[in-house]
Amino acid sequence: MTALETELRADVRDGVDRETIDTVQAMSGSYKHGWETEIEMDYAPKGLSEDIVRLISGKNNEPEWLLDWRLAAYRRWLKMTEPRWAMVHYPDIDYQDQYYYAKPRSMAVKPKSLDEVDPKLLATYEKLGIPLKEQMLLAGVEGAAEPRKVAVDAVFDSVSLGTTFKAELAKAGVIFCSISEAVREHPDLVQKYLGSVVPPTDNFFATLNSAVFSDGSFVYIPPGVRCPMELSTYFRINAENTGQFERTLIVADRASYVSYLEGCTAPKRDTHQLHAAVVEIVILDDAEVKYSTVQNWYPGDEEGRGGIYNFVTKRADCRGDRAKVMWTQVETGSAITWKYPSCILRGDDSQGEFYSIAIANNAQQADTGTKMVHLGKRTKSRIVSKGISAGRAQNTYRGLVSMHPKATDSRNYTQCDSLLIGDRCGAHTVPYIEVRNASSRVEHEATTSKVDDDQLFYCRSRGMDEEAAVALVVNGFVKDVLQTLPMEFAMEAQSLVAISLEGSVG
Amino acid sequence: MLPKARADVLSARIAGLSFVPGGWLGAAREDALSRLGMMGLPARRDEYWRYTDPADLIAAAAPAAATFDAGDEPPVFDGIDRLKLVFVDGVFDAAASDDPALAGVEIDRLSTAALTDIHWARELYGVLEARGQNPVARPLAALNTAFATEGVLIRVTGRAERPISLIYTHASETSDVALHHCIRLEAGAELTVLENGPAAARFNKVMEVDLAEGARFHHIRAQGRDHERRAATHVFARLAEGARFKSFTLTANGVLTRNEVVIELLGNEASAHVAGAAVGDGQFHHDDTVFITHEGRGCESRQVFKKVLKNGAVGVFQGKILVRQTAQKTDGYQISQSLMLDEDSQFLAKPELEIYADDVKCSHGSTSGAIDETALFYLRARGVPEKAAQSLLVLAFLAEAIQEIADEAIAEDIRQRLENWLSRHEG
Repeated sequence: MTALETELRADVRDGVDRETIDTVQAMSGSYKHGWETEIEMDYAPKGLSEDIVRLISGKNNEPEWLLDWRLAAYRRWLKMTEPRWAMVHYPDIDYQDQYYYAKPRSMAVKPKSLDEVDPKLLATYEKLGIPLKEQMLLAGVEGAAEPRKVAVDAVFDSVSLGTTFKAELAKAGVIFCSISEAVREHPDLVQKYLGSVVPPTDNFFATLNSAVFSDGSFVYIPPGVRCPMELSTYFRINAENTGQFERTLIVADRASYVSYLEGCTAPKRDTHQLHAAVVEIVILDDAEVKYSTVQNWYPGDEEGRGGIYNFVTKRADCRGDRAKVMWTQVETGSAITWKYPSCILRGDDSQGEFYSIAIANNAQQADTGTKMVHLGKRTKSRIVSKGISAGRAQNTYRGLVSMHPKATDSRNYTQCDSLLIGDRCGAHTVPYIEVRNASSRVEHEATTSKVDDDQLFYCRSRGMDEEAAVALVVNGFVKDVLQTLPMEFAMEAQSLVAISLEGSVG
Repeated sequence: MLPKARADVLSARIAGLSFVPGGWLGAAREDALSRLGMMGLPARRDEYWRYTDPADLIAAAAPAAATFDAGDEPPVFDGIDRLKLVFVDGVFDAAASDDPALAGVEIDRLSTAALTDIHWARELYGVLEARGQNPVARPLAALNTAFATEGVLIRVTGRAERPISLIYTHASETSDVALHHCIRLEAGAELTVLENGPAAARFNKVMEVDLAEGARFHHIRAQGRDHERRAATHVFARLAEGARFKSFTLTANGVLTRNEVVIELLGNEASAHVAGAAVGDGQFHHDDTVFITHEGRGCESRQVFKKVLKNGAVGVFQGKILVRQTAQKTDGYQISQSLMLDEDSQFLAKPELEIYADDVKCSHGSTSGAIDETALFYLRARGVPEKAAQSLLVLAFLAEAIQEIADEAIAEDIRQRLENWLSRHEG
């Protein structure tokens, strides 16, 4: 047992059972995906310049317009300053001291199919539990009524290795491929929608991403199509001193539906690594997108050495009437999280939902939340955020609910709850509520507490032992959010959160 | 160093003000001036002024404001037995004031105390204001400390038998006034302070309240009504063990009002309640900004702010509960609500929690919406006319804030003012 663990144990208070502490601690203490794949890599020279931007664009065989778009973003980025308003503290990042492009050497010639991909890379994903074969993901899993399929796009450092189930998706008219491929194969769609939700001028990290994004996923669901399977992207940072800048673009055309999953891990290292992604979602009339993330980047060690700086811009634009988006995130990793998946509710009667569990332990710092911008009439939004802080971590919910004058008869409900475990961590809530019309109704509730004594007493007086009672209460604390995850991800999320927090219930 | 643009705004603002050096007060003023020089005046781009434009408050000259005739409505607190101290455009009016004699209470004026070599207020003047500049700058309070020429200094050793009533009369359309009060309650002492009146065309007021062990302080203010003045007020309070602080503010119209309340709960088992009821019709911008810091164990704080808005009125609430690591067993509560009577109004809120102790119970809630149609229907179905039903529901909405007034006679007076205001602003 390390000194810190001993200290933490000494701090255990009445009402918080040891198992909860242990399991919360275990989540970073025994980071399961911290190993590294030894593989030969090709790097672009270290540092950032116009030449690097040209090189990345050249590697992807991009058309002229995209190179110009990247260069414009790069020139703008040079004039921007890094945002420092979030409640996170970290030393200055040297943007010249990292690689912006890293590609496994075996990917120099793009394999025609996943069968040709370097077995070492395939093994990497196998080890992570991500099936890159077209198999029934949940075959044999108890509780799954019937086997279900998940199509996966695997992004390794700067490149996409390949995408499964492409043929079957194509039959339904669904396009699911890497964004570099989409630029070549579907330039009209990409040019029409890229940057239309998160413009290259949006913010420091989004602008940086616009200049240097190397790969990511592209999804197009044609009108009236319900995507026949879940789509998933799995991001793996492997190379050292390398930033990952992926860009995801999802377009759900009229009356379509897709559920999209995103997972991420990285090896254990003593140095910090930068991850600045952009996710853009366009949703037209009557379409619906579910976007679920289990973010499990390496969080750093107990002393705060190493870990990913996760500075991510995610935004969904409900452009059409009755469009609907649902963000669910389980944030357990990263040394620093700076992330606000947002909803622009432009279409009348459009809906946005945001469900979040953010767990910060040891020296982790998370500043995360959402923005609900109501522009259309009768738009609805719902925010449920659960933050858990332990160790010396700081966990902040930051959110905006904005009702524009024309967004009449709209509705928002926000609930953000924080749970503190130990007396050296912090839990903060910074909501902005801007209501500019009277017929809309906005409700915001926030609470911060330790595990409630009354609830414990209630359970205990009904014969439960203390550990079971605490487990029940903590379980109830995050359940609202866990339940919104698709089945496939609920499994991974449970192994991260639920096992630790629900473990003692059995 | 202050950027040039901000330095220019500051020098323009203070150019016309006379700085009185010398004595214990001069030293405090100099300190405040140097604080102000570091901070500069607030600007629209400052995060803390996100929802309120400080332009009128920092302009070199005060925007003109017509004086207001309340007609036949008697002044607020008229029926309360109290000790009156009257200020006309910030100048003490001895003739209109009562003899400042109250058992267990020492009352001085800032202008006369400044002439003495030693005064108890030197331990307080500008001290709580300076403490309150962290973590968020409040430059208008530092401006006040540096340039206020008048105010009352009240020291209480027992239980004051009557409330002290500060009455601010507005007489000149261009008056620009800064008043600075210091109030010190010794252990176990008790005092009620009442404030009313618009005071000036532009009013900057600071009140520093220092409560020793077990002291009880009640503060009720009615900020004039239907006036055109611009105001920035600050209350800074520091509470020792077991002290009780209770403040309620009624605002019935007014062009621009920013009320900041900054409270430090230093001792254990102390309690602070801050409440406000604001009703606005038309050109009305009302900002309640509250910052409560819990340091002691087992303290309680409660913020209750209600705003009723119509015809383009704007209500702002920025509230923060900061719980330090030492403040275990804290109970913090905060509610901010707005009721909008038509489509044009705005409610902008930023209710914040910043918590570093684990054994705490903190919550905040914020809601905004129109009058509940079902409740209105219920009342109308029982024969209550629509306007009366609406007034009834508005008063019910404000009730939670008014309940924070301990004295029932004063609460009734406030309730009556609101009823009158609502009947004048029906439809």
